[in-house]
Amino acid sequence: MDLFTNLALGFGVAFTPINLGYAFVGCFLGTLIGVLPGIGPTAAIAMLLPITYSLLPIPALIMLAGIYYGSQYGGSTTAILVNLPGEASSVVTVLDGYQMARIGRAGPALAAAAIGSFFAGCVGTLVLAALALPLTKLAFEFGPAEYFSIMVLGLVSAVILSSGSLLKSFGMIIVGLLLGLIGTDINSGVVRFSFGVTELTDGIGFVALTMGIFGYGEIISNLGKHEKEHEIFKGNVEGLLPTPQDIKSMTPAILRGTTLGVILGILPGVGSVIAAFMAYSVEKKIKLQPGEVPLGKGNIRGVAGPESANNAAAQTAFIPTLALGIPGSSSMALMIGAMMIHNIQPGPQVMTSNPELFWGLIASMWIGNLMLVILNLPMIGIWIKLLTVPYRYLFPAIVLFCAIGVYSVNNNVWDIWMVALFGVIGYVFVKLQAETAPLLLGFILGPMMEENLRRALLISRGDWSVFVTSELSAGILAVAVVLLIGVLLPSLKRKLIPK
Amino acid sequence: MKINTQDFYAGVLFIVVGIAFAIGATNYNIGVAANMGPGYFPLVLGTILAVIGTIITFKSIITKVKYPVGPIAWRPLIFIITANIAFGLSITSGGLISGIYALTFIAAFAGDNFKFKEIFILATILSVSSYFVFIKLIKLQLEMWPAFIVG
Repeated sequence: MDLFTNLALGFGVAFTPINLGYAFVGCFLGTLIGVLPGIGPTAAIAMLLPITYSLLPIPALIMLAGIYYGSQYGGSTTAILVNLPGEASSVVTVLDGYQMARIGRAGPALAAAAIGSFFAGCVGTLVLAALALPLTKLAFEFGPAEYFSIMVLGLVSAVILSSGSLLKSFGMIIVGLLLGLIGTDINSGVVRFSFGVTELTDGIGFVALTMGIFGYGEIISNLGKHEKEHEIFKGNVEGLLPTPQDIKSMTPAILRGTTLGVILGILPGVGSVIAAFMAYSVEKKIKLQPGEVPLGKGNIRGVAGPESANNAAAQTAFIPTLALGIPGSSSMALMIGAMMIHNIQPGPQVMTSNPELFWGLIASMWIGNLMLVILNLPMIGIWIKLLTVPYRYLFPAIVLFCAIGVYSVNNNVWDIWMVALFGVIGYVFVKLQAETAPLLLGFILGPMMEENLRRALLISRGDWSVFVTSELSAGILAVAVVLLIGVLLPSLKRKLIPK
Repeated sequence: MKINTQDFYAGVLFIVVGIAFAIGATNYNIGVAANMGPGYFPLVLGTILAVIGTIITFKSIITKVKYPVGPIAWRPLIFIITANIAFGLSITSGGLISGIYALTFIAAFAGDNFKFKEIFILATILSVSSYFVFIKLIKLQLEMWPAFIVG
């Protein structure tokens, strides 16, 4: 059994006390930052990235995986307790989670989110481990045309799952792609769009871009709202444990959510948002048991289903990321960027050239999930305390961590100026309701897309039909077209996104 | 005139950015599809972006729904960005400590009510914790104290 020897190798790497320690610290810090209102997982990962710089690649990635799960879970906590979704994927958690919190059942809601996420994470890890090998083999069949097509698919899916206008999201992707091109062109060595600035020859730093757009932009728009619009959690969380009735109704919801999430997560770009939305619609369609409150009024299934789905999808989203080196979401894009900082070029070769790292990372994802349950259920009191701190003390601290974090990337003040610039740009995007997640995805994919487009057309001698004559590439593009048509049909979109 | 201002400005922004990149791209060798120069991809993308921007702008004018941009939060915008710049200016010569105090005090003005004592305490707490977390624990290459003290 290849799978089990591989997993054993992975657990051997991850289960050293020191790596467990890093996983723990990662989960802890990820949750800590993720809980802060207005800071979604993407900004949280960007803020915490610098902490891993001084580590070796394996512990650094283990810690990052912890940060990733921690920040996701922290976002759900904020969603349930203060009605503030940190990221698109916890938008549906708010619906029933916050209603539960209002009637004093925040404890079971948090427990349902944690247990559902853990179960989904376990299944997701197994699927990831089982599919990684065959998919990596498939990835070696990929030529530049296939890579280009799968990136198109990823970007199309990113447009689809954005909640706003399709055209604007499409525009944001292109802005991202263009920003990604700034700097030295690998093929010709020509420095593009740098305006003679030395720091720009290496391109725009992705930490500065993410922090500016996701961190500062959000903080500024949060502060622009009136004081009374910042909801502060005032209630109490009593009794974390779900009642037997809760367990009975949430178990099937967790199973359904996990199944949906595992399948949807594998598609590049679809990721956790659609999974969470679909899981919620499924739960809404299931007939209510006698005495059960309807969904939207504080039903535990409305928390358990979507939370399991988004965690399962977050897990299987690592499949395209690790097998192909193509990120499916903005947080995945950051993970790829982080790997590149540690000199790991994500892609099919990682598994063969560095199996300890690959399987160690997979094992540590499972450990990260376990850590979350252990960490969050007993420590929920700390996170709740944090949510009672007034925003006027929190935001200077958040701004400070961003500034220190971005400065420490290169120890260069230039990055601080870039954060300031992107903070302003980020606020402009917030005001124009232009979604920023597609921009970040485009930014990371820009250079890769150009590279593969060039190579594909070089091989085909300028014949554009190469993208449809290869079966694999044509198939991938067909999926993208089907997805696009599906969303353009309004009836289907209404089905996917419950109001 | 009823226009969707959010989309109108977004469209105009896309047009400007698209055209800027497309024009900028012509400074580099464009090449042909079989052998692309560094200008090819940005030229194509810039053009597409300008076209998308035009469609968005056009649709925003003929639409019946209206989304105002809403008031701009000048106060937080100015103070948060200034705080960040002040941090950058002071950290190289004044050390982390001066950066933290400068940033915290300026950023605090972005909020609704500014209380000197509260902010002073907050900045002190942040300095002490930053010292232990960033310098002692994860050993970032940062100087805590101003250059003239360390020497």
